[in-house]
Amino acid sequence: MRVSVNKRAFLPLAAAAMATALAGCGSQIADPASAGSTASTGTSCVDTSGSSIKVGFINSLSGTMAISESTVFDSLTLAAEEINASGGVLGKQLQVVSEDGASEPTKFAERAGKLIQQDCTAAVFGGWTSSSRKAMLPVFEANDALLFYPVQYEGLESSKNIFYTGATTNQQIIPALDYLAEQGTKSLFLVGSDYVFPRTANKIIQAYAAAKGIEILGEEYTPLGSTEFSTIVNKVRDSKADAVFNTLNGDSNVAFFRQYKSVGLAADTMPVVSVSIAEEEVPGVGLDNVEGQLTAWDYYQTLDTPANKKFVAAFKAKFGAERVTSDPMEAAYTSLYLWKAMVEKAGSFDVDKVQTAADGVTFEAPEGLVTVNGENNHITKTPRIGKINSEGLIDTVWSSPEAVEPDPFLATYDWAKDLAK
Amino acid sequence: MELLIGQMFAGLSLGSVLLLAALGLSLTFGQMGVINMAHGEFMMAGAYTAFVVQQVISDAGVSLLVSVPAGFLVGGVLGLVLEAVLLRRMYHRPLDTLLVTFGVALILQQAARDIFGAPSVDVRAPGWLQGNIEVLGAPIPLTRLFILALSLLCLAGLVLLLRATPLGRRIRAVVLNRDLAETSGVSTRRSDQLTFFIGSGLAGVAGVAVTLIGSTSPYLGTNYIVDAFLVVVAGGIGQIKGAVIAAFALGVLQSVFEYSTTASVGKVLILIVIVVFLQLRPQGIFSLKTRSLA
Repeated sequence: MRVSVNKRAFLPLAAAAMATALAGCGSQIADPASAGSTASTGTSCVDTSGSSIKVGFINSLSGTMAISESTVFDSLTLAAEEINASGGVLGKQLQVVSEDGASEPTKFAERAGKLIQQDCTAAVFGGWTSSSRKAMLPVFEANDALLFYPVQYEGLESSKNIFYTGATTNQQIIPALDYLAEQGTKSLFLVGSDYVFPRTANKIIQAYAAAKGIEILGEEYTPLGSTEFSTIVNKVRDSKADAVFNTLNGDSNVAFFRQYKSVGLAADTMPVVSVSIAEEEVPGVGLDNVEGQLTAWDYYQTLDTPANKKFVAAFKAKFGAERVTSDPMEAAYTSLYLWKAMVEKAGSFDVDKVQTAADGVTFEAPEGLVTVNGENNHITKTPRIGKINSEGLIDTVWSSPEAVEPDPFLATYDWAKDLAK
Repeated sequence: MELLIGQMFAGLSLGSVLLLAALGLSLTFGQMGVINMAHGEFMMAGAYTAFVVQQVISDAGVSLLVSVPAGFLVGGVLGLVLEAVLLRRMYHRPLDTLLVTFGVALILQQAARDIFGAPSVDVRAPGWLQGNIEVLGAPIPLTRLFILALSLLCLAGLVLLLRATPLGRRIRAVVLNRDLAETSGVSTRRSDQLTFFIGSGLAGVAGVAVTLIGSTSPYLGTNYIVDAFLVVVAGGIGQIKGAVIAAFALGVLQSVFEYSTTASVGKVLILIVIVVFLQLRPQGIFSLKTRSLA
C-alpha cells in the first residue's frame, strides 16, 4: 500500500500552512484602533512625590526586529545611567520600566498602554518600525502621554504626543539627492523593498527628480526578504544610470550587493546610496560587498565631535569594544537628554507643561547641536553622506553646512506640493 | 543581444537554484509522499554549516569545497533524526506530517537564532568565484556558474544512484509498490531512511550553494520552501525529470516576466501560470504510473 499524496488535498492544506506562516510575518499590519480604544482618557497617575521618577522604554527585545531594537535599548540604558550619575532629572533618579514590543505592533500598543496606565511613567522612549509607531500613536494621544521615537522614517506625520528624534525625509533623503545632483548625477535607478517606507521615499525621489531634471531610469521593488536579484541587477546594469538609490530593507541587501558586484558593477562606476545600512548592518551584508558604497544618515560613529567621542567611549566601555554606534542609537540617546532638558525648562514632569516648554530646547548631541521644533515635534538634524570604509565604519564625505529644520510634510518644497495630499 | 544572453543566463541560474532546492524534496515528497515543511530549514542548516566550516578553515575556497559534503551530512543527519523520531510514526497521515514538520521548522529557526543570533552572518565567496566571465558582452557571474554546475552534478549523482545501484533499485521498487517490495525481501524501513537521508542531504547542499548569492540567516529556508514545493508539484510528484524541467521552465519564465514587468508582478504572473497549468494538468508535467492499487 503506497502512501499516496492527494494533490488536491495537499494544495489547499499547504496554502493554509503558508497563510499561517505569512500571517506571522504580516502581523506588523495591526489595527491601531482596537489597541487605542482600550485606553481611556484619564488624568495622569505619574507619581512625582518620591526621590525617583519612572520612565518607560519600549523596544523589541524578541522577534525579527530584536537585532536592531536591542541596540537602541542599550543606548537608552546608557543615557539613563549617565543622567542618574549626574543627579537625575529635577533631582529625581530615573527608574526605568522596560517593556518588550516583541516585533509586533499590537504588542507595542498594548505594552505602551501598560507603561502609561499601570506603571505611570512620565515619558516613554522607543519604537522602531513605522507600523509600531502608528500602532502606539492613538494610545499616546488618548492618554495624553509622551513618546520619544528615535528612528528615521517616511515623514508625513506629526502628533503633539510624539517627539521624533530621527530624521524625517528632508533631513535624509532630500539631502542625499542634493548631494547626488551636486556630484553631477543625471540619472538614477531606484531599488526598494515592497512596503510603505521605500514606496513613500521613491514618490518623493520621483517628484524631486522631475523638478531637478534628473532622469529616473527604473523603479523596482522586491518582496521583503527576497534574495533573487539577477534580473534586477541586469536591469540596473543595462540602464547605465549614474547612481542607484537603495531603500531595500534587511537581508535583501546582502543578496542585492553580492549580485550587484558579481555582474561587475562597482562603487566607483555606479555608486549605490543606501538609507537603511548603518554601522550595525555592515558585517551582516559583508564588508567586501559594500566597501566604498554611500549611505545617507545624520550620524556616524566616526564623527569628530567632543560629544560623540564621549558617547562612543562610554558605550564601548559599558557594552564592549567590539560594539558600534549607529544613527538610531544616537537619536535614542539624544531623545532621553532632550526630554530631560524639556522637563527642566518646564520645571515639571507634567505632560502639558513639557509640551509647552519643548519648542527651542537644545542639546549638544553626538551628531551636533539639535533643537526641538515645537510646531511639528521633530528636531533639527545635520544630514551627512557617508562612505563605508575598509574597517566597516562610515566616513563622512559630505555634510550639510548647517542643521536642517525638520519639515515632515515637505511644505517648504515647491516640487513636493502634491505629495502631502 | 548582450541583454538577451544575460537574461537567459539569469533564468537558467534561477532554475538551477530552484532545482537544487527542489531535488531533495522531489525525493522525500515525491517518492515517499512526506510533506516536509522543514526542508527549507535543512537548507538553512546547510548554509550555517558553510558558515561554521569557514570559521574553522579560513581559506574561503577550501572551506566551500569542504562545506558541500559537510552540508550534505548535516542536512542528511537532521533528516534521519526527523524521520526516526517523528515521521515514521505518521507515514500514513500526510496532514499530521505537514503540521509536525512545520513545527519542526519553527523550532529549527529559533535554534538558529539562539545559536548564531538573529542577524545574518557573512559567508565569504572564494576569490576564484568572484567576478564574472563575459559571453558576447554579457557578464556571467562565476558564483552562478558554480551553482549551475553543482546542481547538475547533484542531479547526475541522484539519477545514477537511482538507476544504476542496488540501493536505487530498492528505492524505486518501494515507490512503485511498497507491499510487493516488502514481500520480495526489500527492507522498506531501511529504504525509507536512506531516501530521507539523501533527500535532506541535498537540501543541505542547496543551503551551502545559496550562501554564495544571498544572506545566511535563520529565515533562509522560508525564502525557498514555497518555490521548491511549486517545482515538485508542477513537475509531477515522484518525477525527477519533471522537477528538472519545471525548475528550469519556472526560472526562465520568471526572469522573462520580471524583466518585462517588475519583480512583484513577475512573481504574481508565475503563480498564475502555475495555477492555470495545474488546472489543465493536475498531475503535473509527468505523472507517476505505479503498480500499486492505492
